[in-house]
Amino acid sequence: MNDILFMMVVPFIAACLLLVTKNDKARTVIAEIAAAIIILSSIWVAYSYLGEPQTFEFHSETIDLLMFAAEVVLGLTIIYLGIKHKKYAASVLGLVQLCMSVYFEFALKEGIGVENALYIDDLSIIMVLIIGIIGSLICVYAVGYMRDFQEHHKDEKDRRPWFFFLLYTFLSAMYGIVLSNDLVWMFFFWEITTLCSFALIGYTRTEEAINNSFRQLIMNLIGGIAFLAANMVLAYQYGFLDIQSLLASDSDAQWILVAVMLLCLAGIVKSAQMPFHTWLLGAMVAPTPTSALLHSSTMVKAGVFMVLKLSPLLTGNLAGYMTMTVGGLTFLLASMAAISQSNAKRVLAYSTIANLGLIVACAGVGEPEAVWAGIMLMIFHAVTKSMMFLSVGTAEHHIGSRDIEDMDGLFVRMPKLAIVMMIGIAGMFLAPFGMLISKWAALTSFVDSEYIVLIACIVFGSAVTSFYWTKWLGKLACVVSDAGNCEETVHKQEWFALGCLGVLTIALCLLYPVVSSETIIPWLTDTFHSSGEELIPLLESNNMYIVIMMAIVLILLPLPFFGRTKKRVVPNYMAGVGIDDQSYVGSMGATVNVTLRNWYMNAWFGEDRIRKIGEAVTAVVIVALIVAAVAGVSI
Amino acid sequence: MSEWIWIAMCILFVVVGPLVGCVLAGIDRKISARMQNRVGPPLLQPLYDVKKFMAKEQITPNKVQDFYVMVFLLFTIVTGAIFFAGMDLLLVIFSLTLAETFLVLAAYSSGSVYSQIGAQRELYVAMAFEPIILIMAICYYMHTGSFSVSDIVENGSMSVVPLLGVFIAFIFGLTMKLRKSPFDLSLSHHAHQDIVRGMATEFSGRTYASLEVAHWYESVMLLGMVALFFADGTWVGAVVGIVVALLAWVLEIWIDNGFARMTWQTALKSGWIVGLVLGVGNVAVLLLI
Repeated sequence: MNDILFMMVVPFIAACLLLVTKNDKARTVIAEIAAAIIILSSIWVAYSYLGEPQTFEFHSETIDLLMFAAEVVLGLTIIYLGIKHKKYAASVLGLVQLCMSVYFEFALKEGIGVENALYIDDLSIIMVLIIGIIGSLICVYAVGYMRDFQEHHKDEKDRRPWFFFLLYTFLSAMYGIVLSNDLVWMFFFWEITTLCSFALIGYTRTEEAINNSFRQLIMNLIGGIAFLAANMVLAYQYGFLDIQSLLASDSDAQWILVAVMLLCLAGIVKSAQMPFHTWLLGAMVAPTPTSALLHSSTMVKAGVFMVLKLSPLLTGNLAGYMTMTVGGLTFLLASMAAISQSNAKRVLAYSTIANLGLIVACAGVGEPEAVWAGIMLMIFHAVTKSMMFLSVGTAEHHIGSRDIEDMDGLFVRMPKLAIVMMIGIAGMFLAPFGMLISKWAALTSFVDSEYIVLIACIVFGSAVTSFYWTKWLGKLACVVSDAGNCEETVHKQEWFALGCLGVLTIALCLLYPVVSSETIIPWLTDTFHSSGEELIPLLESNNMYIVIMMAIVLILLPLPFFGRTKKRVVPNYMAGVGIDDQSYVGSMGATVNVTLRNWYMNAWFGEDRIRKIGEAVTAVVIVALIVAAVAGVSI
Repeated sequence: MSEWIWIAMCILFVVVGPLVGCVLAGIDRKISARMQNRVGPPLLQPLYDVKKFMAKEQITPNKVQDFYVMVFLLFTIVTGAIFFAGMDLLLVIFSLTLAETFLVLAAYSSGSVYSQIGAQRELYVAMAFEPIILIMAICYYMHTGSFSVSDIVENGSMSVVPLLGVFIAFIFGLTMKLRKSPFDLSLSHHAHQDIVRGMATEFSGRTYASLEVAHWYESVMLLGMVALFFADGTWVGAVVGIVVALLAWVLEIWIDNGFARMTWQTALKSGWIVGLVLGVGNVAVLLLI
């Protein structure tokens, strides 16, 4: 157990050190050493506890008291900040949460002690690896990034110690969420991630940043209140407050169902599902890409982790229908909204929301096959999405834009980066790569769930997904003959990070059967009390053909980079006297330039339209189903 | 049915498929000509065309386009081979998507505005069509309990009865997939359209010939999918299937000559409405029974 505590505490110690470090060199050293320790300790923990789920007897009144004190202080801070920035909704929600916390602490929690506050199982191990490896890689990348950032904003006060304090504290809190058995502890860490993210989004203190940070805060406070309400219901009705007991109880019982629904609601907010998806979009336009990355690849995973964790309690009941409907609709609508975007970061944000929707829907089905697909999607998404974010960031530095329209001919201008991006995009939707295998499993299990809304959502959603990714891919593949190569100036560290993630993506595609059989299958067997044999057919037979196809395409995709041709290369046909590929001589002898933009179909898939529909429908579903569960309706 | 028949079917598709496709294309041109009061070319004209393309001067707009087209041809053959080998229908669909992606990439890579407009139109026609074919696979799975083509055939009864809605939707989508007017937005053979060759504007010589061959393979595979609705593992089913598939081909030729090109909005709207009403409606029916 000590190694687990060590792993959880190291990031926080590093955070405190970084808070008092003003010197940039010292900061780099501390951040890098801390990241190395975090990565190694997460791998060590994964290695020692893989396949050996256990709980740890760990209980301390002092820690409980400290947590409560911290909660009160943070609650008061929220109320103060809300009033200061005239965001009264945040203050009101903060006040509500504070009152609930106090009431809960003194009136309900008496006599309920959780002896085993910590646990670890294979799902937690997967999360530990995602947080440890990807999270700390991002932190290292951030050191260099923030150096550039500070140079660009010389007139502003250097608040980098605060920034890195937040980043590393965030990692500790994430560990806390995935390893706490005690729901009160989990809630505490949950709130810490909310507040870290609030501060990170608002870091630059521009008006836009502050507005977006408060939007994030308000939405996640709603999630936090739902979490706290679930804890109160459990304490009041059943007198326990730990996940193990919750998972062992019967989801047909009315108040268990209500508590599960409230916890799922908290997860839905955290994983940026509709109607709460706008906070993630806000985090994207915040000027620090590092925090954007951290949000989309790490923080939102806390939300899907919660829903996946509860999936055994979601089979065929109201809670299951709530998560399935919200996840499915979010997948469909967010994919549609992605079509209308030309800003690469926003496309990535919408695709993140859509992918998380798919995972949430998988968890909502509550059958082992679906949950298998959900976990697989989560792993692939964490790796591929961070690779995409880093590539877009690097492209932005060198072509001066994050607009997909400006990525015309990236294949000529930045060939290596374009290949990394193509691998990333292919990984997100194309046939040979990992995402597709999981999506396939998701499709099969959705059909087995016999829930027609979900079937329609995945069918139309996946058609839309192909559309927006392929049009981006096309822009990259386009060959512009006169473009020069501007890739020489990309930093070595950036290549290192991109290379690592690229290799990881390919390795995951080839090794996914091992990942599945070593971690996911044992967890599912334990959790669903089913025999592992039912799940094996998913990995055998036809899926092996895909692995072969994968290998083929992996070799094929980068080949054009070495393209040779014996043919005569001629300019394009221009329906006139062509000058070069981009212009021709018009009828009056003037040179006419030719440009072409992609399709965005705003009238159909415009952001506002989609948002209104999505928010209205999902909000009604959530409210109606929770009210029904409280009223005692069961199906 | 034994495994050997499936292996034989697969080999037959790869070897004889393009010839059948070529004859089908010849029939298409012949019937079209008669509908327009012309005599029309010889039946094997598509083959002569391809032979001529092979002999043309070899030019290309850039170094990578031919590569993408070759991959498109390769995956089109793989898709059909998977289908006729009786393997998983979802695998067929995903491989089809993959092939199409490479064709679109080829068109984009040329840098020509005409090809790129064609590529974009191809993408949204694909977006209109994809739900239909996915729902088709789902309905087969709900009806027979398997995605595998061989299991569907050996199920013992014609799937068309419980899958009637999906069948009609698929015939509707076939117009899109075969790039026939009114949905020949990306690539057309009618000289009066706004953009005629769209995606294929910059393909020439051998590359263009391989595109034609890929179309032959594609036509045979799509007609195979039509026949699958009637396959019940007996000779009767096979014969009925082939006859209906040929009728569908004639129907597509008739539609092709009878309708003017429609806008992309109409393509997407009609594709989705058909998918939603007939496709999802069929799913609902299967859920109820």
